[in-house]
Amino acid sequence: MLSAPPKEPGAPVSRERLRLRGVVQGVGMRPFVFGLAERFGLAGSVRNDAEGVLIEAEGSAIEAFVAALRENAPPLARIDAVERTVLVPTGERGFAIVASVGGRAATLVPADAATCTACLDELFDPASRFHLYPFVNCTHCGPRYTITRRVPYDRPNTAMAGFAMCPACAAAYENPRDRRFHAEPVACPVCGPQLSHSAGEIAAAIRAGRIVALKGIGGFHLMCDATDEAVVAELRRRKRRDAKPFAVMVANAASLALFAAPGAAHLALAETPARPIVLMPLRGDGERLAPSVAPSLAQVGLVLPYAPVHHLLFHALLGCPDGRAWREAPHPVALVATSANPGGEPLVVDDADARRRLAGIADLIVGHGRPIVVRADDSVMTVIDGAPAFVRRARGVVPDPVDLGRDGPCVLALGAHLKATVCVTRGREAFVSQHVGDLDTAETVTFYRETIAHLTAILDVTPEGVACDLHPDYRSTRLAEELGPPVVRVQHHAAHVAAVAAEHGVPGPVLGVALDGHGIGETDGQPGGNWGGELIEVDGAGWRRLGHLAPLALPGGDRAAREPWRMAVAALAAIGRAGEAACRFPAVTIAGALAARIDGAPVTTSLGRLFDAAAGLLGVRTHQAHEGQAAMELEALCGAPRTLAHGFVLADGVLDFAPLLAALADCDDARAGAALFHGTLIAGLGAWIGEAAQARDHRTVALGGGCLMNRVLAEGLAADLRGRGLVPLLARKLPPNDGGLSLGQAVMARAAMASASAAAGGSQ
Amino acid sequence: LTHGAGGRAMAQLIADIFAPALANPYLAQGNDQAAMPLPAGAAGGRLVMTTDGYVVSPLFFPGGDIGSLAVHGTINDIAMSGAVPLWLSASFIIEEGFPLADLQRIAASMGAAARDAGVPVVTGDTKVVERGKADGVFVATAGVGLVPAGLELSGDRARPGDAVLLSGSIGDHGVAIMSSRENLEFETAIVSDSAALHGLVAAMVAAAGPSLRLMRDPTRGGLAATLNEVAHQSGVGIVIEEEAIPVKPEVAAACELLGLEPLNVANEGKLVAVVAAEVADTLLAAMRAHPLGRDAACVGTVVDDPHRFVQMTTAFGGGRIVDWLAGEQLPRIC
Ligand SMILES: [Fe+3]
Ligand SMILES: [Mg+2]
Ligand SMILES: [Zn+2]
Ligand SMILES: [Zn+2]
Repeated sequence: MLSAPPKEPGAPVSRERLRLRGVVQGVGMRPFVFGLAERFGLAGSVRNDAEGVLIEAEGSAIEAFVAALRENAPPLARIDAVERTVLVPTGERGFAIVASVGGRAATLVPADAATCTACLDELFDPASRFHLYPFVNCTHCGPRYTITRRVPYDRPNTAMAGFAMCPACAAAYENPRDRRFHAEPVACPVCGPQLSHSAGEIAAAIRAGRIVALKGIGGFHLMCDATDEAVVAELRRRKRRDAKPFAVMVANAASLALFAAPGAAHLALAETPARPIVLMPLRGDGERLAPSVAPSLAQVGLVLPYAPVHHLLFHALLGCPDGRAWREAPHPVALVATSANPGGEPLVVDDADARRRLAGIADLIVGHGRPIVVRADDSVMTVIDGAPAFVRRARGVVPDPVDLGRDGPCVLALGAHLKATVCVTRGREAFVSQHVGDLDTAETVTFYRETIAHLTAILDVTPEGVACDLHPDYRSTRLAEELGPPVVRVQHHAAHVAAVAAEHGVPGPVLGVALDGHGIGETDGQPGGNWGGELIEVDGAGWRRLGHLAPLALPGGDRAAREPWRMAVAALAAIGRAGEAACRFPAVTIAGALAARIDGAPVTTSLGRLFDAAAGLLGVRTHQAHEGQAAMELEALCGAPRTLAHGFVLADGVLDFAPLLAALADCDDARAGAALFHGTLIAGLGAWIGEAAQARDHRTVALGGGCLMNRVLAEGLAADLRGRGLVPLLARKLPPNDGGLSLGQAVMARAAMASASAAAGGSQ
Repeated sequence: LTHGAGGRAMAQLIADIFAPALANPYLAQGNDQAAMPLPAGAAGGRLVMTTDGYVVSPLFFPGGDIGSLAVHGTINDIAMSGAVPLWLSASFIIEEGFPLADLQRIAASMGAAARDAGVPVVTGDTKVVERGKADGVFVATAGVGLVPAGLELSGDRARPGDAVLLSGSIGDHGVAIMSSRENLEFETAIVSDSAALHGLVAAMVAAAGPSLRLMRDPTRGGLAATLNEVAHQSGVGIVIEEEAIPVKPEVAAACELLGLEPLNVANEGKLVAVVAAEVADTLLAAMRAHPLGRDAACVGTVVDDPHRFVQMTTAFGGGRIVDWLAGEQLPRIC
């Protein structure tokens, strides 16, 4: 709690202008500053403007005031800088909150935040006017990005426009001493939205083994009892989702350890206001989740309640206990909480749409009257190498920007084809959209277009250039060609490296690796080749391929990514044993025919496909139900990684794992093989990167690409590189896979545009 | 065959190989141009003309060769307007050293195809170029046809609610070419569907008349490219059903092996028709009564869609966008 301000008797009166930068708008900064100014007896004003928050303060305790600003900032705020200018005192009296000015002012919409403790206290306090109200929120919590139609972030521009505040809510909204001062979504049972069903009805359906579609913050969830195998299997059947793991929501932080083995970092991450789904190790001896929740995996994604309705649902499932002890105690209750998106389509957000599209999946559809304006899936995070990392970045985090460190032209970057995101730069900041998804369905493409329109609108910018991939048939590339502004095409793996370097604020030239699935390569300015295991030096818009994995056949294009047996045959061919194909894969009738023509197949340097090859050779699986399934299962099989002596050959920047593949082909224990694969991979990649770092005099290495979602690989490689005196950079603010690609594209395109305009200027 | 041979050698080549193979009274005029009488029904109708180049590899493939393909392809381009094809021209670019026997085979096959179709090659040209300046032989054919009065087919005429009909199985030609190119030995030989479709078209015009909105032959780029062209030209969307699209099992198996999507594979003897819904059944029956339309099927519907998407619904009910690829089928899974 705040201590009494120090008295500074006789201290001289001074006046300063204080500029606050960072996440400082829409997070309760102005009332906080107001309260602090009163406490320190300061006169002056506070306002939001284009660059953040501007304070003028006059009094004798400015030093202490600034210290308290930094120390006690509101929970959702992040003060990156306090810039101070000394002014001449004016003798002003009193402190005021001044209305926002127009233009680009206040255009930074905050991210959504989980219900805060103070609101939870009110939610379960029979004396509160918010008692059991499923939409309670305040300046420190509640929906933000997902309810904002346009800027500035004021109530008429949000999904709350249709709800006129009652006198009690209006009074709270107007009072700078109230926790709901200018909390745009403020509402109560008298004036706010209502839920279509009571928490008791929802709980009863869940207890009866039903599947419930529940409207939340960024979309609908499908929920059911995660400990009941019958209903979880039924949900898989209805959702036509064979194997992809489901996220599970538990009552509170204390309950996490009943089902999983979270470390301190997992716990801290699960409790952040962003409330991501956190992947953590499953606990074999704990409360049993239904086996169908996360088949064949050693990890489970757990999430804590983040909307009042979630808390109300657990409260009801636990029999509506009084008091607050239940909120801290562990409970063996777990709910599947998976995105309600039939067959690869985007998340359902609209009540009418839910009734239409979820009718065949959910037994009960629970909607509410507050529209979801911007669709946002749950963010998915994990702990890699001791720190948080993204698997999927969406609700609770978007639209937090990445600081690029310097100004540049406004660019719209369109990402890849799968796991698409877009990135818009404004000034020195880059805003990466929420996860949009795979651009394979008309619905997702529509969502993608809406995302572009919404993001550019709330940032109030007009892009000067559009960045996309070299791939001619990514839907993002097609759209780039239609949009109008000049198109800058960025090589996939250079963009992966640039994305990681950019989020760490590392200027070029930077050494990096892209350990990835597939991207179109580029040689002498000509696009072509199937790349995916690349050692690259990136400098601004330029890049240079320093090395790559030894090519393997890629028999059958995208089918090779879906069917690991194909890459296993490619691996057999690489070690001169293609003849074994037919008898190794007796269930695959065309294995022999494929092996016979493998010499004519295109080749790839992809590490993702090498994972598939290993999984195929070790008999982990021949066909995948979803992307990355075989690699995830291979990781799950890996205990302590083991290194095969002479398991790789490194020559002229080409890293060849043929000896490892030969060992795996003769290995009949998948666990031992998985350990050998991961360990040897790490040793080989470490040697490869180390050699290039030494030759090119680099100390830092950016690690990008989808393979770095693999924790064993990411942590092992990071440790190996540190052992060589290098500083590995892992993706932290964005996923390392194609979900983060748009940032790298944006940064490289900005550099290309800046150097093009400099060249044009120089030639005049 | 040698490059740079004088006029006499060239005249010999034409007289020995092309004239007998393509023989007809107009070609026999022996002039630098052919003169033909105005066809019956010319008044009130419209003439259509098309031209196309053929650069297939290999030149000989199961079910045809570059000669028959050059005849069928150009006849089909004319026929897709609903026209009756009348006359063809042919031009050959031949690489020095190309075996005469092969040239003879191509000319004979071209003559047979033209005779079978009843559409003569009335004029032609031959050039021999230096080794390496061409790959074996290239053929260019042009054609002229007559659209009967009152018939107006065009790619911009598809309207929401219209039915999309396909005359038979897809992928046969492209897969036949690829399997002969890659020396694939399949249990069942896959044969190109190369055929002249004007007979089928005549039957369709007779059955549906002006209710026919448009016809297209899904050649390079396959059914996917053709449907996307139509969607763009007409400013509509098209929804097709995966289950309804005929694909021969051996073609499906070859596509699986080669990692191809049959929708993107070329055809040379198939057509897509868009027709007003109320005559779809009549038209389909007429198509099925013709030998080249035996396996015809209604594969989809035209829908209102400002984004002009071609979408395919699968057996599971999910829909995905059917793409119009820039070139070869490149992997997109990262
Ligand atoms: Fe990638
Ligand atoms: Mg043509
Ligand atoms: Zn709150
Ligand atoms: Zn109220």
